[in-house]
Amino acid sequence: MIEYKIRKYPIIAIVVLVLIAIWVKALLLMFDDSLKQSAENNSRRRVVQYPSRGIIYDRDGNILVCNEAAYDLMLVPHQIHEFDTASLCNDLGITKETVESRILNAKKYSMYRPSVFMKQIDSKVYAQMQEHLYKYPGFYVQNRTLRKYNGGIAAHVLGDIGEVSEKQIEEDHYYQSGDYVGKSGVERGYETILRGEKGVSIYLVNVKGVVQGSYEDGKYDTVAIQGKDITLTISSDLQEYGERLMANKVGAVVAIEPSSGEVLAMVSMPTYDPQLMVGRVRGKNYDSLLHAPYKPLINRAVSSTYPPGSTFKVAQALVAMQEGVITPNQSFPCDKSKVGCHNHPTPTSVSMGIQMSCNPYFYFVFRRLVQRGIDKNLYKDAAIGLGLWKEKIETLGFNHAFNVGVPGVNKGQIPGPDYYNRLYGENRWAFSTIYSVSIGQGEVLVSPLQMANYASILANRGYYITPHLLKKINGEDYVGEMAQRVETPFERKYFDICVEGMDWVVNKPGGTGHNAYIPGITVCGKTGTAQNPHGKDNSVFMAFAPKDDPKIAIAVYVENAGFGGTWAAPIARLMMEKYIKGEISDPDLERRILTTTILPNATR
Amino acid sequence: MANIDWVIVILYLALVFMGWINIYSAVYDDTHQSILDTSCQYGKQLIWIGAAIVVVIVVMLIDSKFYSTFAYVMYGIGCLLLLSVLLFGREVNGAKSWFEIGTFRMQPVEFAKIAVCLAMARLMSSESFSLKYVRNYMYIGIILGIPMLMILLQNDTGSALVFCTFIFVMFREGMNRILFISAFALIILFILALVVDTSLLMLIVGLLCTIGLAVVCGRNKYTRIVMYSSLVYSAVVVALCVMSPEHAEKSVSYAMIGYGVMAVLMLVLFFISKMKPIVFAMILMIGMGGFVYSVDYIFNNVLQAHQQSRIMDLLGKNEDVLGTGYNVHQSKIAIGSGGILGKGFLHGTQTKYKFVPEQSTDFIFCTIGEEWGLLGITVILVLFGALIIRIINRAERQRSTFSRIYGYGVASILFFHVAINIGMTIGLAPVVGIPLPFFSYGGSSLWAFTILLFIFVRLDADRLQVFR
Repeated sequence: MIEYKIRKYPIIAIVVLVLIAIWVKALLLMFDDSLKQSAENNSRRRVVQYPSRGIIYDRDGNILVCNEAAYDLMLVPHQIHEFDTASLCNDLGITKETVESRILNAKKYSMYRPSVFMKQIDSKVYAQMQEHLYKYPGFYVQNRTLRKYNGGIAAHVLGDIGEVSEKQIEEDHYYQSGDYVGKSGVERGYETILRGEKGVSIYLVNVKGVVQGSYEDGKYDTVAIQGKDITLTISSDLQEYGERLMANKVGAVVAIEPSSGEVLAMVSMPTYDPQLMVGRVRGKNYDSLLHAPYKPLINRAVSSTYPPGSTFKVAQALVAMQEGVITPNQSFPCDKSKVGCHNHPTPTSVSMGIQMSCNPYFYFVFRRLVQRGIDKNLYKDAAIGLGLWKEKIETLGFNHAFNVGVPGVNKGQIPGPDYYNRLYGENRWAFSTIYSVSIGQGEVLVSPLQMANYASILANRGYYITPHLLKKINGEDYVGEMAQRVETPFERKYFDICVEGMDWVVNKPGGTGHNAYIPGITVCGKTGTAQNPHGKDNSVFMAFAPKDDPKIAIAVYVENAGFGGTWAAPIARLMMEKYIKGEISDPDLERRILTTTILPNATR
Repeated sequence: MANIDWVIVILYLALVFMGWINIYSAVYDDTHQSILDTSCQYGKQLIWIGAAIVVVIVVMLIDSKFYSTFAYVMYGIGCLLLLSVLLFGREVNGAKSWFEIGTFRMQPVEFAKIAVCLAMARLMSSESFSLKYVRNYMYIGIILGIPMLMILLQNDTGSALVFCTFIFVMFREGMNRILFISAFALIILFILALVVDTSLLMLIVGLLCTIGLAVVCGRNKYTRIVMYSSLVYSAVVVALCVMSPEHAEKSVSYAMIGYGVMAVLMLVLFFISKMKPIVFAMILMIGMGGFVYSVDYIFNNVLQAHQQSRIMDLLGKNEDVLGTGYNVHQSKIAIGSGGILGKGFLHGTQTKYKFVPEQSTDFIFCTIGEEWGLLGITVILVLFGALIIRIINRAERQRSTFSRIYGYGVASILFFHVAINIGMTIGLAPVVGIPLPFFSYGGSSLWAFTILLFIFVRLDADRLQVFR
């Protein structure tokens, strides 16, 4: 037997080596940081405290947007154990398949991070489910608020909130999957003011997801800071009235208080009830609006640009006088061979040219602006002239995107020499190529917002305050970069001449905008009938009133409505009268506008 | 009584005490804070411990001859218990291995281990017994086979596997070395090939082969030199892995080269010394390498997906951390998050918030890992290692063959439990439900291991009275 005594050593060696192998493996586990992370993910639950979003008021203190309580059912997949699926289905009113597929989706997103299992459960369902919540390990409820939009107006101005996109999360780490963020309108424009600041509470939870206490006695918890309330410059009354007037029409209305640059109304048609974009129905409604005719989701007031048509003539007159290429008493014949016109007496002054909206008159005005004789070469001369013109005309807020407070602001277009060089080639174009710009056609594009601001400049006779939608933050007047006074390089006397012409447009016989006449108030305006490559002419009108001490400047676009004086002018008139007087002196006109349908494909 | 081995007793008491406080930690919650509260597991465990002391006294009072004389009787009783649990037992967690009398539950399989150990010692210590004859393997097969079969029928695979550990005893008592190495290696390798990284496994293969060679050529001084140098070399590799775990993979690769060099060295030795066993050893080494890779190959290329996943389930290697792999995953998280010094007693979040199922029983080891860290793990491993080696050394001193074989049996059973139980909590071994001796909650297991150990202490105390 003695010979086997030695076999004790290999046996001991095996024992020792196996124990060492175990030790090494345990050591390797210690160096695996992902395991530490997993342990934290297991036992710590970060419950985000969502701040309530700021309330939005109109300029008169009416609440436009407020908050309502809602509850999100959250899910942490790795904490799920066997649970009574049938009971959960019953509580929430969903099918077993839905539960399974949502759990699967949550797992795909992350095993350890909470996913939203069911969004925006209302209080009644929540109350019922709360009693059973302990039976569903891995599930918990997070308080949320829903937006409530009152009055169903100003959808484009107010905008909506929706779940943050993956891209946005990457750009701004403030956001986490499932957070809500302003998607359009001022909800997006003033997102950082409205959202407040999220807080977080870290809890320790056991395997069933039951909270065991706060982590480190709340040392790392933060408190949610409530979002700030904002007051908009919008007047609910005027906005609502504008939307009614524009009902069954396609187009936009923007009204501005000239002295402050505050946007009083911003109507885009067709519109929709902003409440449609709230809650679980948002996705469905968004989809149907996206595919609805006339694209109601587009904010035409800032995003759509149109040729300004004859309204542009006032700007042309201003530039021409300031540049000295014409005098206020300049006379041009109404030579219909150059460009078409209607029958009217010969304009013998700039004011008359504006009053009669004489196309040939501004044909000659623009020719003098473009072909100044600086260079002997016709083409080079045109390039120089157009460059100088562009520089001046742009000071009126054209080709500039105003930071008005909503996204999607289109800067429009003022064609310059570069533009035509690209289009036709260098030295291959001259005035005769581009003359349609003289009457606001062709390549000139202006948004309704820019048009209203343009009216505002004329009302102020020389300057504008950047149009903006934000009036107050938490009740304190907003003074900031969005509301800066901007001077224009035109002399006051030239403004007076133009304003005189605009007065005549409305108030003198032979003026094209007589439909904008308001008894007792001197309205100054300019009509526009912009050719539209897609169909019938767009009806355009820009105006301000009263002539002295203007209270409101307005721009009205009605798509495919024909002559500017027919539809756009009376709508502007009603808006201005409503705002200044608070009542309408011509109920027949009002009724006619309210009951008219002007849709591009509708029979009229 | 003066001859009692107090080292074993002290090691036993230390392990039992540590087991108790870890059970306290594992089931601790804020509502039951007293460690003496007998309505909780730690309170009950204290009662089991108290009772175990009484059991120890009884065991020590019985004459040492009793155990060898009545070994077969106890074996018979053990088998009867296993049979009756099959008929009248209660099913818990899928295994029908519990007797239930009132609120008291008992697991006869734990006690059957003692009976089998005694019977094996009795059989193998008889005068005419020699492992040179195939007939005797047959007897061993019968003695081990009957309880194994009944335990398998109870659907308790883990406990049935425990009896494989007697291969160590047989090896010590003269089993053919090649047979031992082959059998031992194949079992281990088969599991490891599926569980462990192939390259890491080759390191282990290299180690085992070196040991195998040393065994085969134990008395040749050249091979001893190679053996010692390879052990030193292995130690260096392990040290490298420890110092920079991120380079562990690389260290293992170097180790492989080292073993290759050693294999060549062995080959040279073979030609010099003309020692036949080395041929077997070489074939063995190559064979094992081939086996590892072929298991790998067959698993990945021959087996179908559902077969693979079934084996993975069996081995607790399934990636599905929510399903079958949940226990091991959570256990690894617990140990991995413990760090070097641990999170502190009662401060393990995995432990405190019950993320690891079966934590007071089969997965008690991860409590140690999380709350006491690597330090705690080291202490536990050293204590168990010391206990097992102490038993082996004491067994070797016995004059009585019965005592020696029984001692080896005790050491083997303890070793198997420690290796497999701890192995499964760290993802090295398949998840089979066997307890960690002295630690896992439960009276049956604690008492059985206590009796198992103290019968040996009793035999050892009487070793001088035995004349061969």
